[in-house]
Amino acid sequence: MKQFMSFVRKEFFHVLRDRKTLFILFGMPVVQILIFGFALTNEVKNSRILIVDQAHDESSKQLIREIEASQYFETENIVADFNQVEKVFKEGKIRVALVIPANFREDLLQNNAASLQLINDASDPNTATTLTNYISSIVLDFQMRNFPGGPKPIQIIPQLRMLYNPQLKGAPNFVPGVMAMVLMLICVMMTAVSIVREKETGTMEVLLVSPFKPLMVIISKAFPYLILSLINVTSILLLSVFVLDLPITGNILLLYAVSTLFIITCLSIGILISVRTDSQQVAMLISLMGMLLPALLFSGFMFPIENMPFPLQIISNIIPAKWYYIMVKAIMIKGLGFSAIWKEASILVAITLVILGISIKNFKIRLA
Amino acid sequence: MWAISAINLKKTYGKEATVAVDDISFEVAKGELFGLIGPDGAGKTSIFRMLTTLLLPDGGNATVLGLDVVTDYKTIRKKVGYMPGKFSLYPDLTVLENLNFFATVFGTTVDENYDLIRDIYVQLEPFKDRRAGKLSGGMKQKLALCCALIHKPDVLFLDEPTTGVDPVSRKEFWQMLKRLKDQGITILVSTPYMDEASMCDRIALIQEGKILSINTPQAITAAFPSPIYAVKANNMFGLIQALQQQKEVSACYTFGEFAHVIYKEFPLSEIDMKNYLNENNLELQFYSSIEATIEDCFIRFLK
Repeated sequence: MKQFMSFVRKEFFHVLRDRKTLFILFGMPVVQILIFGFALTNEVKNSRILIVDQAHDESSKQLIREIEASQYFETENIVADFNQVEKVFKEGKIRVALVIPANFREDLLQNNAASLQLINDASDPNTATTLTNYISSIVLDFQMRNFPGGPKPIQIIPQLRMLYNPQLKGAPNFVPGVMAMVLMLICVMMTAVSIVREKETGTMEVLLVSPFKPLMVIISKAFPYLILSLINVTSILLLSVFVLDLPITGNILLLYAVSTLFIITCLSIGILISVRTDSQQVAMLISLMGMLLPALLFSGFMFPIENMPFPLQIISNIIPAKWYYIMVKAIMIKGLGFSAIWKEASILVAITLVILGISIKNFKIRLA
Repeated sequence: MWAISAINLKKTYGKEATVAVDDISFEVAKGELFGLIGPDGAGKTSIFRMLTTLLLPDGGNATVLGLDVVTDYKTIRKKVGYMPGKFSLYPDLTVLENLNFFATVFGTTVDENYDLIRDIYVQLEPFKDRRAGKLSGGMKQKLALCCALIHKPDVLFLDEPTTGVDPVSRKEFWQMLKRLKDQGITILVSTPYMDEASMCDRIALIQEGKILSINTPQAITAAFPSPIYAVKANNMFGLIQALQQQKEVSACYTFGEFAHVIYKEFPLSEIDMKNYLNENNLELQFYSSIEATIEDCFIRFLK
C-alpha cells in the first residue's frame, strides 16, 4: 500500500510539473466546452435579411417589426426596389431576402390572402431550410394575431412539443459528447503515453527488477488518471450548469458512477495500447487515430448513427463512447434512472472486462 | 555456491536469429568485482538483461544467488540491484524524490540503508532538490547507483555505468565500487573502456557474443606471449606503414600518441629501429619495451 501511494504521488509529480500536460489535462475540457458552447453552434442566429417592402402600409411595417424583434434575424436594409436583391446577395451580405408585394394589406383584408416571396441562399441547404421555417412561423404568428377572422379552409395544425429540450438548445447535445471525448483523450492517450514513456526512458527496466509486482506498476500508473478524469468531469459539469445554463436533471451520483465506469473502460484501452507499443509517438498515434476518431464518428455525437449504413451501425456497437454518450444524455438531460440505462451499462462493463482481460494477457513481465 | 553462474547462455534476436550472446559460460564468486569488457554490440547488455530476469535466454541456463533466472525470477528481483546502461531515473523528479521513490518501491527507506549510500550520497546532497534531469553525467550515474543500492542488494548489476562520464568521475565511481565490494556486495559490471579492466578482480573479454578470455586482469596481461614495444616517430601514418613492411613485426597499431609494435619473436634494438625508420625518412622519437595492456590483449584475441 505504501508502495502504491508512493507511486501515485510520483505520478502526480510528473503531471503537475509538466506544463504542457497540465494544460491539456485541465485547459482542454474548458476550451472545448466554451468552443462548442459559443462558437460551434448549429443554431442559426442573427442571419442578415434584406426586406423589400413594396407595400409600405401598416401591415407590412408590423410584419417587419416582428421579424426585427426575433433573435434569428438582423435586418440588413429595407428597400423598395426589387432589383436590389440580386445585387446584395452577390455582395454576400445577406442570407435571405423577403419581398412584401404592393397592396399587401388590401389583399389581406379583401381577399383574405396575400403572398410573400422568400429568396434564400441555398448554397447551405440546412441553414436555408431553417431560415425558411423561422420566417414561416413568424408570418403564421403574425397572421393569427392580426387576422384571426375570416373564412378559412380546414386546417390541421400540429401541436409540437420538444421533450427534454424545449428551446432546442445545442448544449444538451454536445456536453455529453465533449465529456466522452475529453475522457477518451485523457484516459486513453495520457495513460498509454505515460506507461510507454517509462519503457522508452528505461525506468520500466528498473521497476521490473524490483519486488513491485509488474501489474501493480500498471495499476498505479492508471490510478492518478482516474482521479484527474473525475476532476475533469466535475469541471465540465460545473461549466455546463453555470455557463451554458444546462441543468443536470438526473441523479448526479449515477452520472458520476457511469463516468467512472467509462473512465475505467478508457484506462483499460490505454493500458492495452501501452502494452502493445514501445514508443510514445506510436502510442499517441494509435490513441488519436484508432480511438478518438472512431469515438467522434461513431458515438452519435456528431453524426446520427441511424443514418449510417448498416455495417457501420454494427461497428458503432463496439465503440465505448457511444454507450457512454447515450447514458449521459439519458441521465443528464432526460433525467432517467438506472432502470433506463442498465443495458448500456452492462455492455460497457462487458467491453471493459474484455479489454482488461486482453491487456493482462498481453502484459509482459519481461522486456521481450 | 557462486553468486552468479551462467552456463552456455545463448540469446538470439529477430527472425534472422542474429546471435547476440553465443554460448557464454562464466561464474562470479560471492563478494567479487567481475567485469565484462568488450566494445559496443558485444552482447554485454543482453547478458545483463538475462541475468536480471528481464530477458529469457534462448539456450543454456543461469543462476543468481543459486536461483534460476527463468523460474525464480520473482525472488531474484527482490535481491539484486540493477542499473541499466541508459540513465533510467525520472528526470522531472528531484534527487531526493527519486531516491525516496525507489526506496519505497523496494520496501525500505532511505534512512534504513543510509550507511551503504552515505559515501556517494554526500556528494549528491548539495543538489538534493535539483531535478535529476539537470544533473551532470557523473552525478546522474552516482544517483542511479544510489537508487540501485538503496535496498542493500546482495548482487549489483551495473551495465556500463561509466559510459559518457568524465575521467575524474569515472575514477571516483570505480573507487566507490571498490568500497561496496569491501562491504561484501557482489558486483557484475560492464564497460567498453579497457583501462577500467584493471579495477576488477576478474574480467571476461567479450566480442561478438563470445568470451575471448576470463581471468584476473594481471593474468591476462601477463599471458601476453610476444615482445611488445611502444614507438613514437615524427609521422604516425608513415610510421605505421613502415612498420607493417618490417618482416619481424607481427602487428602494429596506434595507441594514443604511440604506436604499439608486436614482434614475431625477436624485437629490434633501438639502433636498428632508428636506422630502419631513417631509411623510410622517419625520425625515431621514443622506443621502449612495455607491459601489454588489456587493450593489447583484446586486439591480439581479435586476430
